[in-house]
Amino acid sequence: MEVVEKKNKNKRYKPILEGIPDWPVYQLSKNRKEFIEEVAQKAYAQIKKNRPTTKQLIDELEATVYREQQRMKRNRWRVDPADEPRFWAGVKEELVALTNKTPEEAQPIAEELLHRIVLRYANEIAGNFKPNSYRLTREIVKFWFSRLLNGARVKKFGAFFRSRYTLRDKIHIVGKVKQLRTLAKEGTVVMVPTHFSNLDSILIGWIIHSLGLPAFIYGAGLNLFNIKIFAYFMNSLGAYKVDRRKKNVPYLETLKFYSMSAIQKGAHSIFFPGGTRSRSGMIEKQLKLGLLSSTIEAQRNLYLEAPPDEPVRKIFIVPVTLNYHFVLEAPDLVDEYLSSKGQDRYLPEQDKYGSWQLLQFLFKFFTKGSNISVSIGRGLDVMGNYVDDNGNSLDAQGRVIDTREYFISHGDITVDKQREDEYTRMLSHKIVTEYHRINRVFASHLVAFVAFEMWQKKHPKLDLFGLLKLPEEEQVLQYEEFRAACKRVRKQIYTLKEENKVYHATHLKGNINLVIRHGLDNVGIFHLKRPLLMNKEGNIITKDFSTLYYYHNRLAGYDLEKFI
Amino acid sequence: MTSKSLSENDKPIGVIGAGNFGSVVANLLAQRRNVLLHVRDESTIERILKTRENRGHPMHPAITPTNDLGYLAEQCDVIFPIVPSLHFRAMMKNLSPHLHPYHILIHGTKGFDVSLPEGKTLDTMATLDRSMVKTISEVITEESVVVRVGCLAGPNLSKELAEGHPAATVVASHFNEVIQLGKRLLRTNHFQVYGNNDMVGVELAGVLKNVIAIAAGALSGLGYGENAKGLLVSRGMVEMVYLGRALGGNTKAFLGVAGVGDLVTTCNSSLSRNFTVGYRLAKGETLAEILNSTDEIAEGINTVKVAKKCADYYKVRAPITSTLYQVLFEDMTVKRALEYLMRYPLNVDIDFLTE
Repeated sequence: MEVVEKKNKNKRYKPILEGIPDWPVYQLSKNRKEFIEEVAQKAYAQIKKNRPTTKQLIDELEATVYREQQRMKRNRWRVDPADEPRFWAGVKEELVALTNKTPEEAQPIAEELLHRIVLRYANEIAGNFKPNSYRLTREIVKFWFSRLLNGARVKKFGAFFRSRYTLRDKIHIVGKVKQLRTLAKEGTVVMVPTHFSNLDSILIGWIIHSLGLPAFIYGAGLNLFNIKIFAYFMNSLGAYKVDRRKKNVPYLETLKFYSMSAIQKGAHSIFFPGGTRSRSGMIEKQLKLGLLSSTIEAQRNLYLEAPPDEPVRKIFIVPVTLNYHFVLEAPDLVDEYLSSKGQDRYLPEQDKYGSWQLLQFLFKFFTKGSNISVSIGRGLDVMGNYVDDNGNSLDAQGRVIDTREYFISHGDITVDKQREDEYTRMLSHKIVTEYHRINRVFASHLVAFVAFEMWQKKHPKLDLFGLLKLPEEEQVLQYEEFRAACKRVRKQIYTLKEENKVYHATHLKGNINLVIRHGLDNVGIFHLKRPLLMNKEGNIITKDFSTLYYYHNRLAGYDLEKFI
Repeated sequence: MTSKSLSENDKPIGVIGAGNFGSVVANLLAQRRNVLLHVRDESTIERILKTRENRGHPMHPAITPTNDLGYLAEQCDVIFPIVPSLHFRAMMKNLSPHLHPYHILIHGTKGFDVSLPEGKTLDTMATLDRSMVKTISEVITEESVVVRVGCLAGPNLSKELAEGHPAATVVASHFNEVIQLGKRLLRTNHFQVYGNNDMVGVELAGVLKNVIAIAAGALSGLGYGENAKGLLVSRGMVEMVYLGRALGGNTKAFLGVAGVGDLVTTCNSSLSRNFTVGYRLAKGETLAEILNSTDEIAEGINTVKVAKKCADYYKVRAPITSTLYQVLFEDMTVKRALEYLMRYPLNVDIDFLTE
């Protein structure tokens, strides 16, 4: 019993820029050396400004050396350069030698040390986009994905080499695609997707390519570069490296200036503003303000540095949600979430995924009907105002606004950190609202939400942790009751859609029995223990309450609880 | 910092609304800068130009009256809108097309804006939630592109300010830039300006205290003394904190100049309109009679209605507000209301500071 999906309209898009040499990311990598020096210079100046006395500067350097040496002692990775211990030992020696010097003598040496450190960091962070390996990677990914799809789907000899199915059948892209393509021509796009799975960055990379957009740059965790094959792919896709072990000021400043300067130079970028994968399965509510603030600063700098009467390149924020029936890491993620929240009240069971499971998953993903949809939101300026198809910012009444004027005080563009912090909070708030608005509800989200909330309602005295420990005989929901609740919640989702507060997949419509079936068949489809099933009597049961909680959370924050 | 030398090259400051408080604020600002004062009707403009007097206040020579909102927005980067909450949104709709993101608006209106679903009135709504009740700063950001918004609050009785008695105000804003600007423009030797970043909290404090002010007037009207007032002010404070928190403010704002400062002032002042309403109620007049005999709007009456319905929605215990509601709109006598309150079973003194 298959619920018919609306005919897939996804079509192929022509590239918006003909040759790779026109791409901003290529321009960046061509002038890699100058760019790195520029980033280092800016970070250097900023740190020096915030540490005006020699003592403060030396303290900062000492803290940095200390932290780096601790990191090397405790947690060294394969990607870490071999000369690292020597470099930091050298810095330390020179710092020790400063103790006997007067501030006047020490200052230039400390400055030189700082510069050396940030330059090293900038080199470490910088991506290395190579057109040839980009092309190659693209072809490899396309080839194998399509082989997998066709081999698995068309059960005929020789089907392996046919091209009847492409990824486009598997991944639905909906929303403001056309606008995104124009904005990428008119200005600089910063895409801000929700983050649920490690697959997200690969998925986003494929989407960007299939929409005919030039490569975007993005920060990838340095841990991923430990795996050689990953490192190759990442490098070729324009990734720069983010080392989450390094929390020292010079590193963080350099990282910030790297992404900010790249945006300022017109490189389209991807930020996962949640910072890390959502542990609870909820749509991100708290965004990383540091990343977002760099878009605002970059825009302000563009206005500040532009010669008068010259058009200024605008930065557009494009929220994107990735909607899955299934998140590979869900059981682990929610375990982390629960144990951090419940402290010692919750003991996670061990159930890790090996590489064999990963392969199995990939095969299942391509053979079974679990589709992914990607919603592209309407473009925003850095203040969170909607933009029209020409990139003009609009106010609520549809009048055109000049974004530049947000940075003006007494007639001039000014730099005001506190003001921009507040702007960042406003932007973050707007992005979260947009996430909820463009989120696409799947049948699997609906059933998970309704089932969990029904159990919650049956046991109003139990908190989350009490619920998770519910005895098995309590874990049955009568189908008729469940069906009625699904209907009520679905109706409310329709209402919310009318009010432009959420979207839903086309498969959510139609006969409710079929929709429930579709949901049950797909929710957390490849987990060893299914979060939701129908038993022999036709009633609803769960094999894994905490993953059910995870999938249910996708619909948290819409006030749907009262319709249960 | 001498006053006039600063102002020569600077743009004038705009004030919208030539009521009592608007006129006072315009006069305060005019000590430093040229002021454009928006006045709705021609005759008032002429009168101000001719007599340099408005609502009993002599108007400073640096004040120029106008009835052109577009001209005012074009001339001024900084605007103080001070019009009654009932008309605030309508005024913003007129002003909005002329505003730019570089404008800074610091309002001085203490009241709620209520937007109801079509066909509904305040009286047909059983409860109200935050999507229908907005603070004035929220109206400004909803209706215009202006984001740098602030508010003036605190014990600012117009008459005393006009006479130059020592007083203080709070400029609340999310933006330090706005607070600094407010200080620069308003501060004098006998007028202190404090900053606060919890704008919504400060706005709520300024609005909700009006409820308690009416109650204070009523106590006075019954002829009770200072013990009763002390009781009312302190319990009223607790109620304000709870309601304010339910509506999105922080406790701190209520303990400052704009909270307890304003509350004590209003509850002790027979000058305040809200106090007068309560006083006359206690003397036996009905609400209709009181409303018929005055042309000035006592914001507190509307606030009681809104606050009571919000308290019901958010399930906040607000005995003073809801009894006052019954007195105003359901024919309970002030005396009975007081009896009821004195028997109210609540005996924890302060429980909002422990969190």
